[in-house]
Amino acid sequence: MMTEARKAATSALGRRTLLAASAAAPALMTLGEARAQGVAPRRGGVLNTIITPEPPVLILGVNNQGPTLIVASKIYQGLLTVTPSLDPAPDLAKSWTRSDDGLTYTFALQEGVKWHDGRDFTSEDVIFSIMKFHMEVNPRARAILQRIDKAEAPDAHTVRFTLKAPFEPFLLIFDVTACAMVPKHIYDGTDFRNNPANATPIGTGPFKFAEWQRGNFIRMVRNEQYWKPNQPYLDGITWRIVPDSQSRALALQTGQVQMTTSNDIEPFDVPRFQQQPNLTVALNGWEYFSPLSWIEINNRLDNLKDPRFRRAMAHAVDRNFIAQRLWFGVGKPATGPIASTTRFHDPSVQMPAFNPREANAILDGMGLRPNAQGVRASIKLMQIPYGEVWNRLSEYLRQAMRQVGIEVTLESTDVAGWVRRLAAWEFETTINFVYQWGDPTLGVERTYVTSNIQKVAFTNTAGYSNPEVDRLFEAARNAAQAEERRRLFSEAQKKIVEDMPLVWLMELAFPTIHDKRLNNVIRTGTGVHASFDDVFLSA
Amino acid sequence: MGAAKLLRFLAARSVKAVIVVLAIVVFQFVLIRLAPGDPASVIAGQSGAADPLFMQQLREQFGLDRPMHEQLLIYLRDMATLDLGFSHRQQQPVARLILERLPATLLLTGTAFLLAITGGVALGVMAARRVGRPADSAITVLALTFYATPIFWVGLILVLIFSVWLEWLPSFGMFTVGAELSGWAHALDVGKHLILPSLTLGLFFLAIYARLARASMLEVADQDFVRTARAKGVPEGRIVRAHVLRNALLPVITFAGIQAGQLVGGSILVETVFAWPGIGRLAFDALLARDYATLLGVFFCTAVMVVVFNLITDLLYAVVDPRVEVA
Repeated sequence: MMTEARKAATSALGRRTLLAASAAAPALMTLGEARAQGVAPRRGGVLNTIITPEPPVLILGVNNQGPTLIVASKIYQGLLTVTPSLDPAPDLAKSWTRSDDGLTYTFALQEGVKWHDGRDFTSEDVIFSIMKFHMEVNPRARAILQRIDKAEAPDAHTVRFTLKAPFEPFLLIFDVTACAMVPKHIYDGTDFRNNPANATPIGTGPFKFAEWQRGNFIRMVRNEQYWKPNQPYLDGITWRIVPDSQSRALALQTGQVQMTTSNDIEPFDVPRFQQQPNLTVALNGWEYFSPLSWIEINNRLDNLKDPRFRRAMAHAVDRNFIAQRLWFGVGKPATGPIASTTRFHDPSVQMPAFNPREANAILDGMGLRPNAQGVRASIKLMQIPYGEVWNRLSEYLRQAMRQVGIEVTLESTDVAGWVRRLAAWEFETTINFVYQWGDPTLGVERTYVTSNIQKVAFTNTAGYSNPEVDRLFEAARNAAQAEERRRLFSEAQKKIVEDMPLVWLMELAFPTIHDKRLNNVIRTGTGVHASFDDVFLSA
Repeated sequence: MGAAKLLRFLAARSVKAVIVVLAIVVFQFVLIRLAPGDPASVIAGQSGAADPLFMQQLREQFGLDRPMHEQLLIYLRDMATLDLGFSHRQQQPVARLILERLPATLLLTGTAFLLAITGGVALGVMAARRVGRPADSAITVLALTFYATPIFWVGLILVLIFSVWLEWLPSFGMFTVGAELSGWAHALDVGKHLILPSLTLGLFFLAIYARLARASMLEVADQDFVRTARAKGVPEGRIVRAHVLRNALLPVITFAGIQAGQLVGGSILVETVFAWPGIGRLAFDALLARDYATLLGVFFCTAVMVVVFNLITDLLYAVVDPRVEVA
């Protein structure tokens, strides 16, 4: 049965799945391997780091903001995690099988796992977390969890999910950042969002919540009862809240913190840290999220609804310039709607290259003649309020568009205003980026299918609609075999690039900058969202 | 000043104060709703995912699905019992959020205030007594420099000198987290963290007080009663203290009263640059997050403080200058 199921899984998710499931995840270096490389883990020391902006609460599911995911993933754990090549790897589930028909998934849970309050972690907690907790509070998980027909717990350490129809990327939603395991004994029967226990998170992870002085720091300490023997290595982690980006850079430079993540350091400060000999700048560890940025274009408006106009916009933008001169090599130019680190990316699909001459020719062909000032058309660009580098991007785009006779007026907002206008479709163009969650069905489809044109942010707010694309995404969603899905997604990528509903800009990366003495920081496809149970400070 | 008169004055002012604070609360309540977007859209924006059900659940949780006048009535009813409400975003009562931040804020602004007023008045007096001489010029130039320099720039330069080059002082935070210090060691630790932010904040106001005190001293020094005192042979030190300074203090007190009222509000800039966990940042973050309850709570506290300090200022006038009567 085991071998049969594994074979099925192999054919579906690729050979690496087999390895991931049988050996204890090759991407996660074992103790022996670490010793062989001469970096035997050392126990002790507190990691001082930064989190910004400050998370509002630390309960995953209830809050899924970027900073919350980074901090709370040390407290909570998922059933699985993902490798940098997006294969599932064990976490709270030590192994799993999939039935031949692709409908039944069975997870064998780690034994001896305890919640931070001392209670046993069992299959009941898993069923509760998936079927009740995340189904109610977590909008992203909900869409996928609704495909589960039956959830059963044959014994305390086995969980079995039966799907209504095969769903090939199913295993990708069990990472802690997507579906964290929460304690049933604390949440069952309560109002999850307003549970008083939300102030003191209880998980199974290597670090326990200790103290949170708002506006100052979040402190966590070693979980002495952690289920992996002798781990974690760190005594604790302290997350300082430092709101100013220059103060954060100083804190890193002076060694007051040993690690920064995500948006802590502005891209234009990264080169100087690359020069600093005691620091490592890592750009990987975002494969699971693969944030892709683009110019979001309201496809309902004049000019903007014409694919030729959007194509001309794409020709006007030098994506290499953006990647090299604005982001200083942190991230790389986009090639189309699916990032190269997401599954089923088709490298043969290429969006229009930087070519202002071609852009001018297209606009001429549309009959948009330049006036005395050289202006063919005017559009508004609502700036994304996510920091300095994004403002610079807007200013670059204004210049680039002006080169081909498109006059761009910049509009400023703050986060609340930006989201409201994006959701209400009250924009001409804006900049946006979203996580792709490893698989086009999970994180790409939502931006392009007609059924997801909604007055809610991060849906298909551009209003793009192509029945053929809809059909391809739906078929790919329901296809049971990876190869079939690859073919469908290739087709979809070609069609979308023909229509150019958006102008893709960059496959974003976020620098993780850390002291060289800090080891094992990035081991998985989720990078700093891993549990850090194997991270240690060498002397 | 008779006790009955003082009581009548306090009673009348208290009634006015309550009305003012109430008006401010209502006004702020309406005003912040005019900002585009709501807490639900911020959370959706920061999570990078949402569906209509999620947005609706959030708005219900935050009580935003009710009509606005109803929300205002609920808020005022809670205020009447001194309940500042609940921050659904942070899952904490607003009163607790504010009280948590208050000590840090008062420590920072209070220190800066004391530094500014003592240092400023001292410098102003010194400059006025040496008017036209090099010491005066030096103080005037110094004051003008601090007055004209953007506060965040002063902060960054101080950090550069004392944290990066000299490595004497920490560049951010309020105390060494995890050091578990107590007693004097803790006080010393906090003190070290306090120096740069309070200096940054204080220097600007110090400059104002210095200029104010100097100008005011010079104006009073020219008046007839000072000349009379000097003619009578009153010692110079006494003339400066009892005749000139006392009369010159009124504008300083006026300004100090205004500044004192703002102590509770903290300083967003300095708190941001130095990652000081104060109320200014609480309010600023709450504004960006559209955390209405928290923002209104901070506004309320600040409004109350301004009103109280105005009252104290008025009383102080009468103490410093008996010719001024409370009314």
